[in-house]
Amino acid sequence: MAKQVPLVDYLELGDDPHLVANECTSCGARFFDRRNACASCEGTAFKKAAISTTGEVRAYTIVAFAAPGVPVPYVAALIDCAGTSVRANLLNVTPDPEHVTLGMKVRLITEVIGTDDEGTEAIGFGFEPLGG
Amino acid sequence: MASASDELWILGIHMTNFGKRPESDIVDLAAEAVSGALSDGGVTMKDMGVIGAGNLMAANAGIGQQLQKQLGQTGIPVYNVANACATGATALRVAAMAVKAGECDMGLAFGVEKLSGAGLLSGGSRKEDSSTWTPSGRYGAVAPVDGRIGTEIMPGVFAQIGMEYGHKYGGTSFELFAKISEKNHSHSTLNPKAAYTKKMTLEEIMGDVMIAYPNTRPMCSANCDGAAAAVVVSGAKLKTLSKEQQRRAVKLTASILTTDPWEESCQILPDVNTLTRNAATQAYEQAGVGPSDLDLVELHDCFATAELVHYDNLMLCEQGGAVDFFNSGATWRTGTTPVNVSGGLESKGHPIAATGIANVWEVATHLRGEGGDRQIAGAKVGLTHVIGLGSACGIHILEKSAA
Ligand SMILES: [Zn+2]
Repeated sequence: MAKQVPLVDYLELGDDPHLVANECTSCGARFFDRRNACASCEGTAFKKAAISTTGEVRAYTIVAFAAPGVPVPYVAALIDCAGTSVRANLLNVTPDPEHVTLGMKVRLITEVIGTDDEGTEAIGFGFEPLGG
Repeated sequence: MASASDELWILGIHMTNFGKRPESDIVDLAAEAVSGALSDGGVTMKDMGVIGAGNLMAANAGIGQQLQKQLGQTGIPVYNVANACATGATALRVAAMAVKAGECDMGLAFGVEKLSGAGLLSGGSRKEDSSTWTPSGRYGAVAPVDGRIGTEIMPGVFAQIGMEYGHKYGGTSFELFAKISEKNHSHSTLNPKAAYTKKMTLEEIMGDVMIAYPNTRPMCSANCDGAAAAVVVSGAKLKTLSKEQQRRAVKLTASILTTDPWEESCQILPDVNTLTRNAATQAYEQAGVGPSDLDLVELHDCFATAELVHYDNLMLCEQGGAVDFFNSGATWRTGTTPVNVSGGLESKGHPIAATGIANVWEVATHLRGEGGDRQIAGAKVGLTHVIGLGSACGIHILEKSAA
């Protein structure tokens, strides 16, 4: 199997791929990027917190017109994963408003976004509709 | 009760025609707006004690000093400001703060931008993937993420902001958002300074090029060239000026700037709601008025989906009631709370740094009774609002002079 790297460092690969946030140990605020201090309470201690891999679509848009090199259309969404908001594309869904709905239940999946010159695969993530 | 010296007034104000202005460079546009504001107020550069200068796209170029070279190098302090789409409102805040603090009795603010032909997609870009995956930035990304992890393009970001409101309260649809755009394009037909003055039917708006569902092209703010400028004067100084100057002066009863306080989802989708609500609360308190006192509102309809949420954020309607409020016809120029009678950013245009002063010009013009064909009859109080992503919110409330 090819060597793999995650598209972003908050995507944990392996048998059970999931997102990991930096959680403020004093107030519980979660951040996907590196923070110097907590934007909510100014605390400076963080621990890793695994994010639920299922959630609900709270907002979406279907991007039809994008920067050169970005394939369209694609569905961008805000997903509520058990109280933590996540930004991602919706995958395995027809990109039109008849098939994408607010409140839709989704789960995290990963996909290969490309292979570099050394044969390493970059793995991205998105969410697909939960069956039924 | 504020003493006269604590009062702030707009003495002179001007906006250029918005649109394609190939004959004018950025300094020409700024000079046109500033000359217009100075002569409108019956004053000159020599009367100014401070300049708040706004330009976003060339924020390191010192547009304030460039303007002085054309109209008068009097040696006064210049504050060049950049605050995304709130840049113009921020420049006005600088002049207002200086006068309020007593550092001078008159201040100038202007905002200018040249954006014609800039395209729709500020915020989105995609570089080529590198030949070896190397993590960079605060997310350790090995490749560009726009379009791979959600969207960074503004039409898409603001589409989600409108959709989120719909998910929370219900009642939104593609057609509803398009109807908001229909209103603003209809209003623009009465505004000769607007970049686009063509009435558009609902069918034309919904059938136009889709940018980011549910925002089609005419539901997005129009990139264009333009500038606006204002002269702020203290109440004490205004009393020494002519009766005509006092009659046309418009009282600046609230001048507020806020940023976005931390909210759970703000790292995922910019929160344009909380800071607007906070700014509105402060502005109504400072001005001693409420939403029901407003005769007109110019709010930041950078996209049709944004206008809806700001009805709620500015408390023009009950919480969660923006859809019903719009459907009642309240925000058409014939309604109880006319919103964006200028045509808004979707048709008047959005030369970024000019917007936060151009909207003050629109309201001031109505309060002076100089609105011509689009005058809102008997207008006495109006509110202006801008949002700059990042985020910053500027709100100004204006009142007609009793003189
Ligand atoms: Zn914290």
